[in-house]
Order: sequence, then C-alpha cells, then structure tokens
Amino acid sequence: MPNVIEAAGLTKRYGEVIALDGLDLAVAEGTVLGLLGPNGAGKTTAVSILTTLVEPDGGTATVAGADLIRQPGEVRRRIGLSGQYAAVDEHLTGFENLDMIGRLYRMGRRPARERARELLERFDLVEAGDRPVKTYSGGMRRRLDLAGALVAAPPVLFLDEPTTGLDPRSRNDLWVIITELVGHGSTLLLTTQYLDEADQLADEILVIDHGRAIAQGTADDIKGMVGGERIEVTVAHSDEAEKARSVLAPFATGRIESHGGRDTTLVVPITGGAPVLTQALRALDGDGIGVRDVMLRRPTLDDAFLALTGHDTAADGGEDDD
Amino acid sequence: MTELLASVGDGLVIAKRNLIKIRRVPETLVFVLISPIMFVLLFAYVFGSAIDIPGSSYREFLIGGIFAQTIVFGATFTGAGLAEDMQKGIINRFRSLPMSRVAVIAGRTASDVVYNAISLTIMSITGFLVGWRINNGIPRALAAFALLLLFAYAFSWVMALVGLMVPSVEVVNNASFIVIFPLTFIANTFVPSDGLPGPLRVFAEWNPVSSVTQATRELFGNIPPGTPEPDAWPLQHPVLYTLMWVVAIIAVFAPLSTRRYRRATLR
Repeated sequence: MPNVIEAAGLTKRYGEVIALDGLDLAVAEGTVLGLLGPNGAGKTTAVSILTTLVEPDGGTATVAGADLIRQPGEVRRRIGLSGQYAAVDEHLTGFENLDMIGRLYRMGRRPARERARELLERFDLVEAGDRPVKTYSGGMRRRLDLAGALVAAPPVLFLDEPTTGLDPRSRNDLWVIITELVGHGSTLLLTTQYLDEADQLADEILVIDHGRAIAQGTADDIKGMVGGERIEVTVAHSDEAEKARSVLAPFATGRIESHGGRDTTLVVPITGGAPVLTQALRALDGDGIGVRDVMLRRPTLDDAFLALTGHDTAADGGEDDD
Repeated sequence: MTELLASVGDGLVIAKRNLIKIRRVPETLVFVLISPIMFVLLFAYVFGSAIDIPGSSYREFLIGGIFAQTIVFGATFTGAGLAEDMQKGIINRFRSLPMSRVAVIAGRTASDVVYNAISLTIMSITGFLVGWRINNGIPRALAAFALLLLFAYAFSWVMALVGLMVPSVEVVNNASFIVIFPLTFIANTFVPSDGLPGPLRVFAEWNPVSSVTQATRELFGNIPPGTPEPDAWPLQHPVLYTLMWVVAIIAVFAPLSTRRYRRATLR
C-alpha cells in the first residue's frame, strides 16, 4: 500500500524549546497511525505541521500526494482536521457550523447544506442541530468538531487528541464513530495520550517523546516492549514468599520479580487476564498460602514510557519509586 | 479571476457568520448602542456648556468630531473579534481549510461596517435630538456617512493586525486605547485645532481623524459662514486627504494582517 502521509526529519523549535527533533513517520493508505506520547511530546506540533498550520524549521513531508511546503493549498484541500480544542463556533448552531465549513471548502450552497444535514444525522446531532453550540455538552461539541473535519469527505484525516477530557461514555461513542470511519477506508493520523485508545483505534502506533520517535509497531508490539499484563501478589507472611513464587511459576510468561518489604510482593507477568488471575489465586489457596493483597495490572502509557524511555510521563520525572 | 470571486465568497461566508453572532448575542450591541448615545450627550452637555465657538453652536460643531471618534473606537470590535477567534481555536480550523487567506479578516472588517452603520444611525438620531442639523442637503450628508464608514473600514484593518498579535481579547481593548486616544483627542474633534500648542497643532492638522471630522462638518454644513479657511493642506482638502489615508491604510495593513494570519496559531 502506498503511503498517504510521509514525513522525514521534521524539526521545529519554539525559542529554547525543541518541539520536534527530526521526526519521521509514514501512514499507509486506509490505515490508522496512532501518535502516542505525553503532554509536550510534540504530538500537536506534528499535527500542526502536517496540516499546514505551522511551518517546520526543517524536514519534508507529503500529504495525499501534495508537498507540504510547496503545495500547502493542495494539502488543505485533501485533509480534514479535528483539534484538541473543539474548534467550532459556539454562537452558531451545529447546522450553521457545518454549513459554513462546507461553503469554505467551496462546495456550493446546496451541497454544503445537504452535507451538513447528513453529518448531523450520522453524528446523532439532529435534534441539537438547530441549537447554538453553546448549549452542547463536551461530547456533542467533539462530535460536531469531528463532523467538521469530514464535511468535504477528505481522504486524509487528522484527529488531535479527539477524546481528551471526555467522560468515558462520550469517549466510547467517539471510538465507535472513529472505528466506522476507518472502516470506510479513510487514512487517519490520530494523537492520543492513552495507550488503550491507540490500542483500540490504531493499526500502527508511533510512540514519541521530546519530539522524536522512540518506538513503533502494532499495539501488541508496544505492549510486548512494555511487558504486558501482570499480577502483583503480596503474601501475608514473608516466609511464604518463596513458596508462592514456585506456585505461581507455571502461570508466568517471564521472570517473576519481587519487591516490597522483605520481598513479600511478587510481580508475575502473564497473559490471559482475569481467568488466569483466578486460577493463580486458587492455586495459592490450595497450598494454604495467605494473600494480603492482589492486583491485575495492564500496561499503561506510564508503564510504556517507563519501559521505553526510563522516565515516566510527567515532564522530567525521575522521582519514580515504589 | 475565479479565485478572486471565490475569495470574495469566502469573505461573505465569514461576514455572515459574524453577523449571526450579533443576533445570538444581542448584548454585544449594547456597547455599540450605548456608547454613541453617551458620547453625544456627554460632550454636548458637559463640554458644550463650556466651550464657545464664535457664530455657531458647539453642539453642531461637535457632532462631526463625535462621529469620527466613535467609528474609530468601533474598530476595536474588529480586533476583539479576531482575538476571540484566535483564543477559541476557530482560526486554526479556518487555517486548515482550503479557503482564501485574507477572507477571515476581510469578512470581519466587512461585517464590522454593519456595526459602524448601526452606531452612526444611533448617533445621528441622538444628535438630532440635541439640536444637530444637516444643513447641506441629503446627498452631501450621505457622502459624509459614506466617508465615515469608509474610514472606519480602513481603520478596522489596523485593529485586525492588533487583534491577531495579542494573546487575548482584554489586551486588544487596552492596546487599542493607546492608539485610539491620542488619535481621536489630538485632533479637531472636540476643539478647533488652531488653538493647540505648536507640535500638537501640526499633529492635529495632519491627523486623518481631523480630516474625517473636517470633511464631515463640511458635508453636513456644520461649519458656520465666515469661519476662516484652515491653513493646513489636509484640512483644506479633507475628503481627498481622508481618501488617501483610506487607501494607504488598507495597502499597508491588509498585507501585514494577512501575513500575521498565515502564521497565527494557538499554542
């Protein structure tokens, strides 16, 4: 598959701050690239550059066959952008917002109107469509913003943190919508701070930090690098820790680590989630080992960062301790 | 050519959007409605009772100055509107669209002509009530209104640049006062400029706000017979001089603000 978005060596600095430090990326046609990173990693800068909002200091890129620097107008004709901050006019109604965007894509009066109605329907905003956006909830605004990016049915979409700040239900609604979009063959670049979001939506994940790529692969690849799921068991009596270790060994997919006061907490890498946890607990119980605390952990972005960069997601952490 | 037409279309779409806001947030009109009334009444009754213009009523002299001042103040609206769009991120949306790069500003300055027209109407009515009259026929009066709107339109482009440069709406208001106060007060708006001390007098005579005011007074017929001809060239040819400024302001500030718009991003 040809690459629809291709960037090489993008750099950008704002005064002292290096926002992008030689970023390369490629998104194949009809696929979703998840750009994953903490706040300040350079995600928004990357999107701003690829959508022609900001000129890079260095590097080259093509988007949907148009050169970013030499043909920014062509790029704009072929993309849709939905930003982190819902960029809709709150004094206009949902319909007026979409109609305006259609007109500005120069669709003509009637096609713009028809498209606006169609999108309101698709995004479940028909009832709210003739109310000013000011009255919308956060989730509704995001949906409208996303609809705005789709007005001209562009072949390439950029979604900058589409669900940041949303409640879990609205987040799920948006995920469903985005999954549908991708099903229709759009090429999508999505930024997110959440590993589970990237996992859910992206075919390929690019982890960035300090403006450069630090890891790339499928969600499974990334999780593999991070270490996957694990059970943390704290035994009630420290002298049973060794026994517990041998009981849990058959469930482990890797080395069992131990920490905590007198090594009473065992960290067991597993696959299979809760059912495996249940079996493990049964086994411990069967051998009469008392358990004081137990936890099933999935890798979070924090874990990913710790594993990939050696620092946590807080800007310049290093204060990580157990 | 088709691109030019399309750009005009984009500008109209933006202007329409701005005008919808007047309807949805009528409170914004309060400033537009109240301040002209306030200015007319305040100057007419406070200063009007103290300042004496030989052979004329000060109130009649005053109206041209108040008109000029108020429309220059009105340009703050342009700056505030653009600053708000920047703050809310909608400029980013516009900049990601394949639309004309000047349309957002051109649409804004165009829709603000409506604000200024409303404000001029209100001021005229108020002025009429306090004794101001049109003495030179309707066509000339219309020419005066047109000139005022044209100058206001040009000045909107100055404030557009300010609006795109500052970080928030509040700053626009403060920043614009620094420009607008000297411009509207060191002029013949409220007092005849011949009485001003040396350098201020020169500034006032060449100040385009003075020429707008002078032109307005002449066209309305608010200059009493027997008033000596002004010495300064701009005030002898106020309409021409004002038009020169209109062209010059747009020629300078339209490219500057468009350039600024291209680079403006929310960070």
